[in-house]
Amino acid sequence: MNYTVRKFDAVIVGAGGAGLRAAIQLSEAGYKTAVLTKVFPTRSHTVAAQGGVAASLGNSEDDHWHWHMYDTVKGSDWLGDQDAIEFMCRKANEVVVELEHYGMPFDRLDNGKIYQRPFGGHMSNFGEKPVRRSCAAADRTGHAMLHAMYQRNVKVNTQFFVEWQALDLVRDAEGDVLGVTAMDMETGEVVVFHAKATIFATGGAGRIFYSSTNAFINTGDGLGMAARAGIPLEDMEFWQFHPTGVAGAGVLITEGVRGEGGILRNSAGERFMERYAPNAKDLASRDVVSRAMTTEINEGRGCGPNKDFVLLDITHLPPETIMKRLPGIHEIGIQFAGVDCLKEPLPVVPTAHYQMGGIPTNYAGQVVVPKDGAPAVPVPGFYAAGECACASVHGANRLGTNSLLDLLVFGKSAGETAVGDLKGNAKAHKPLPQEAIDKTLARLGRLDSQKDGASVHDTRLEMQRAMQKHAGVFRFKNLLAEGVSRIHEIAGKVAATEIKDKSKVFNTARIEALELDNLIEVAKATMVSANARTESRGAHVRDDAPDTPETPDGRDDKNWLKHSLWYREGNRLDYKPVHMQPLSVDPIELKKRAY
Amino acid sequence: MEEDRKARINRLKWHCRRALLELDLVFDRFWERYESDLDAQGEAALEQLLELEDHELWALVSGREATDDPRLQEMIERLREVSPAADF
Ligand SMILES: Cc1cc2nc3c(=O)[nH]c(=O)nc-3n(C[C@H](O)[C@H](O)[C@H](O)COP(=O)(O)OP(=O)(O)OC[C@H]3O[C@@H](n4cnc5c(N)ncnc54)[C@H](O)[C@@H]3O)c2cc1C
Repeated sequence: MNYTVRKFDAVIVGAGGAGLRAAIQLSEAGYKTAVLTKVFPTRSHTVAAQGGVAASLGNSEDDHWHWHMYDTVKGSDWLGDQDAIEFMCRKANEVVVELEHYGMPFDRLDNGKIYQRPFGGHMSNFGEKPVRRSCAAADRTGHAMLHAMYQRNVKVNTQFFVEWQALDLVRDAEGDVLGVTAMDMETGEVVVFHAKATIFATGGAGRIFYSSTNAFINTGDGLGMAARAGIPLEDMEFWQFHPTGVAGAGVLITEGVRGEGGILRNSAGERFMERYAPNAKDLASRDVVSRAMTTEINEGRGCGPNKDFVLLDITHLPPETIMKRLPGIHEIGIQFAGVDCLKEPLPVVPTAHYQMGGIPTNYAGQVVVPKDGAPAVPVPGFYAAGECACASVHGANRLGTNSLLDLLVFGKSAGETAVGDLKGNAKAHKPLPQEAIDKTLARLGRLDSQKDGASVHDTRLEMQRAMQKHAGVFRFKNLLAEGVSRIHEIAGKVAATEIKDKSKVFNTARIEALELDNLIEVAKATMVSANARTESRGAHVRDDAPDTPETPDGRDDKNWLKHSLWYREGNRLDYKPVHMQPLSVDPIELKKRAY
Repeated sequence: MEEDRKARINRLKWHCRRALLELDLVFDRFWERYESDLDAQGEAALEQLLELEDHELWALVSGREATDDPRLQEMIERLREVSPAADF
């Protein structure tokens, strides 16, 4: 198979929020930057973000980055790295204001300042009461954000490769990253993008689960590519289940609905969150709400003929508020639940939504791995940001609106760090290692010649069902252990998938087979890491983790206050310490998480 | 000829990969139901719709907004007909 080589200073894989933000930094600095994306940039999944982006601007009431930091550490169930969290919360105002300057049409207060609304887990004065911290552009925050940043990129001459699928990371024998191999979907042509800086911003892998709020494109390609190149994946057992996915469809009902006053009710019509989180109630952290809902359902207080969902009630809100602040919700109710939410409550269930783990990075956006006894050594030439990366600011559980913030802050810092490294490295490109390229060609060749293999569609479904059953909202010892062997069995089928269509032009069968190669790495990492972590923390909740004074709610700080690292090679786990020391303030001390 | 059609359909299918799960779900069902009998006119209408931004397209499919182009309207009706709400 033939391939060609193209040279750039930097190649960025992904044109969602994180990729676009990083690209601005590099192109503005004058570096020749290629951005590869499977879909047109403004069709990246960031478009789906409705709720907003967190920043302690304090436009409606007092707020402070230190309170935001406290909420984020607590939300993370103390697994987040406190240096990265301080960095993110302190940078929030700057990146939001920059975005405003790029032309982002934020909702405004009468006085012209950015309108802010409350969101789950965001509180004032170190956890006292909900605070208005989320900045939004109606229900199109993500979309408006991508547009503003795309326009900015066009202005600064970023070169886009739209409908290109990156296939593998190119890493040489010294471990340096030198770019990626990629396929032009339109022609099937393979190209090596040879670069001095490679940034991954490929988004999440929510499609490993059967029931997910994520669009089909979220297949964790960056994670699969990193894992195949020997980079470990961090904290993959932590998946956020959004409390309010439409029952049966998965489509997300934004938390903004509860921010505006929506209430969760069980079959008796009770506002059950009052029992689980007396202060924050329906606006408690996502994992707390998801678990409360699951408990209500498990204890027989679910609604509907199978008692398998609860209700989200906004019928008491003025219709004008709903239509003005939450316009999309009305149609979603009608289309996916057959319910007019102005008159009737919506059926909702916790649904897989966000991956807290990912490619290990530091707050400078560098990919870091254990080396020679040190836990986090940068991989030369490799950076990552956004949902595919683990900085780690979300730890065991992410707060809503902190992800858009994450991609702005760390997209920018990854770009900035890459610019710094490029400045210090005026040398020519390092030579390309042939073996790395051959691996991609072998993978493509295998797909073209495979006979009697499994169908991609069926194998993916099998994987998704296994993940849902064995690694869902609540996790059980036996199911996890079975899940590990099950997922390896499925991985065997993935290695031998067969496609009937061998055509070159937009061969969706080939594209999906290659995506499945990535999904399965994420699924294995998740299952294996979850099985090994014998405590409950944040979104990872096991029935066999005892609630004792030393391990409140099953959280075992003595043994498990550490990040997991899963290696594909040998299916091996390693661990590294959590950064408990912030950059400038005192550490936020461990305590039991209650809302 | 057959090869050409396959390439065109494959391209359209990829362009149905959207940022919103709402649309993915609708298109998934659409292809299951209509792949074999999508004619040239249908292809053209679909292509035009797929040029839209996700939120605009969803506004049409969900009925929040309407188009006065009868060709597009016909395609939107097909998309509405396969929408998962039909299950309720
Ligand atoms: C329904 C929904 C609502 C949400 N609402 C909010 C919210 O209100 N606030 C908030 O903070 N967070 C929210 N989130 C989370 C947040 O939207 C995501 O975490 C975030 O948008 C991810 O951005 P990203 O830039 O990392 O990746 P994405 O936006 O997913 O972009 C990934 C990019 O990578 C490209 N790509 C992937 N693989 C390849 C490959 N192999 N080759 C080439 N290109 C590739 C894609 O084409 C795309 O351009 C929401 C999530 C969902 C699902």
